[in-house]
Amino acid sequence: MSIPLIVFFACALLAVAGAVTLILAREPVHSALALIVVMLSLAILYLLLGSDFIAAVQILVYGGAIMVLFVYVIMLLNAGAEERTDFSKLAKFAGVPLGFFLLLWTAHWLAHSPAGRAAGTGGAARHGVSTIDLSLLIFRKYLFPFEATSILILVAILGALVLARKSE
Amino acid sequence: MSMIPVSWYLVLSAILFGLGVVAFVFKRNIITIFMSIELMLNAVNLAFVAFARAHNQLDGLVFVFFVIVVAAAEAAVGLAIIIMLAQNRESLNIERVNLLKF
Repeated sequence: MSIPLIVFFACALLAVAGAVTLILAREPVHSALALIVVMLSLAILYLLLGSDFIAAVQILVYGGAIMVLFVYVIMLLNAGAEERTDFSKLAKFAGVPLGFFLLLWTAHWLAHSPAGRAAGTGGAARHGVSTIDLSLLIFRKYLFPFEATSILILVAILGALVLARKSE
Repeated sequence: MSMIPVSWYLVLSAILFGLGVVAFVFKRNIITIFMSIELMLNAVNLAFVAFARAHNQLDGLVFVFFVIVVAAAEAAVGLAIIIMLAQNRESLNIERVNLLKF
């Protein structure tokens, strides 16, 4: 076992365990902490894939900003343990077979499609992704979408302010 | 030098996305349901990075960047909606938000 393989399996197990904990935990704070574990292990996987910029953004924006927002809202609303209720009949009778179908279909696709096969062979040409190349791509080829996101964030700020203020 | 096949990352991404869907369906707390959406977005991001690595194309990483930006905006608006819902319904249970339920 080489070191990247061990790191991959450790992070993959940690991510899956965190996602399962998110489902099983009854307190929303526990779910939020489990989600932070998933995000941090995904950041390590991004480092393993050689994209350090995305790993840094993942930790800063996801693990930092978004999860702080979640925990803050959980504290603000004083969210306790969730109540268990019966599931709808539709979820029980259609959801479970459809979930299994989705799982089998994804497994089949990964095993047989040309995209899945091509993905299995690559990944050896370059060691890492340089942040310089990435920024050149963002600020040249994708300059217009990048600028459009600033308007999106402005609209989101205004929307959040309008929604969350006290109505008179 | 990474010797891990990229398809393993895709399998992990599919598992995480499936767990996100399960959490989205089974959880009853609005905040946790919103968290499971973030989990699904994270799984898709992992697939993007893995494909970008497999094809040596940086465009996938740019898409991950945009997904993270949109997720941040979505979290801000969504949590504001959750605060408003919690003030109106005085509960975080999704079963209480059933005005449009068939």
